[in-house]
Amino acid sequence: MSSIKFLGAVISLTFLMAVGFISPAVPDTARNDEVIVEAAWARASIGTSRPSAAYLTIRNEGDETDVLTSLKASVSEVAEVHAMTMTDGVARMGPAGAVKLPAGHEVVLKPGGLHVMLMNLKQPLKEGEKFTLTLTFKGAGPIDVSVPVLGIGASGPVQ
Amino acid sequence: MPTWKLLLIGCGLALAISTSLLFGWWQVDGPGAPERKARESKLPLPIGQMDFALTDHKGNRVQATDWLGEPLLVFFGFTYCPDICPTTLADITGWLESLGDDTKHINVAFITVDPERDTAEAMAVYIENFHPAIAGYTGSSQDIADAAAGFKVKYERIVTGQTYTMNHTAGVFVYDAEGRFVSIIDFHESRENAVPKIRRALER
Ligand SMILES: [Cu+2]
Repeated sequence: MSSIKFLGAVISLTFLMAVGFISPAVPDTARNDEVIVEAAWARASIGTSRPSAAYLTIRNEGDETDVLTSLKASVSEVAEVHAMTMTDGVARMGPAGAVKLPAGHEVVLKPGGLHVMLMNLKQPLKEGEKFTLTLTFKGAGPIDVSVPVLGIGASGPVQ
Repeated sequence: MPTWKLLLIGCGLALAISTSLLFGWWQVDGPGAPERKARESKLPLPIGQMDFALTDHKGNRVQATDWLGEPLLVFFGFTYCPDICPTTLADITGWLESLGDDTKHINVAFITVDPERDTAEAMAVYIENFHPAIAGYTGSSQDIADAAAGFKVKYERIVTGQTYTMNHTAGVFVYDAEGRFVSIIDFHESRENAVPKIRRALER
């Protein structure tokens, strides 16, 4: 890991915070080797019977393609990447399979696209709390990221 | 009068009557009828032509025509939907906030496509998280099918393991106060696009 890159990330994050692009509930940034997971957040749940969704950005700053092979969340029995697709105005949602991360690219999980589907919740996701999500990559291995829970009506951490 | 003349007159009369009946049917109930034309197009029907009742989140039975008199936004979804439904309801909340006082007289209907899990109480708890103008609607599966037919909405239950999810039409329908269909706001449409569409319905 290059310390200059890390310093750069810290400085830019501080700058974003300073100019108010990111709310005080700054999502933690976590990295392992060349893979960086950032801007994570999840939507609060009503009880535990409904699934919830988490969103984040994954950047591959390495020279080789990596693959997100599995996910594990502290708050749910199942966590998997789902894709929302729209055909003829009809929304469909289903497992996206292993997510490929080409070198030098970022994959953004955001509402209406890809999301981490949190199923069989073990506890309600309460606004203001945080939980740990472990993303396991084929090359970079496991990365833990702390995921802040925003409101049910939230569309993202950026105000 | 000879019998053949009577027969001819009789046939002529019968033909005239059946032709006018056929013409009348064509215009009123047949392919020439405006209602039928609307039913067969892919566009949502005018509210005045819709015939269904739903149960709102307070447990009251309401008719489609009860929405007449104020502009209307309609979205079909379900509360077990983790991604697109809360996002759309959050978007609608944002649009209503930027319209401010203009939305004092507007109906906003969130209709479930999953009445089995979305009871009136479940809808009430769910919509609390969004703009207060948004009302939730559920009903029997037949009620929902009838409402979906009026708006030309498609939905389908997809079983995944022990649970299920719903595919469904995801646009927001915009109607004016007279119940005329104005436009659809598609998912992914920006606030800059959406707000003027609603304003058009408010000003009509
Ligand atoms: Cu999903």
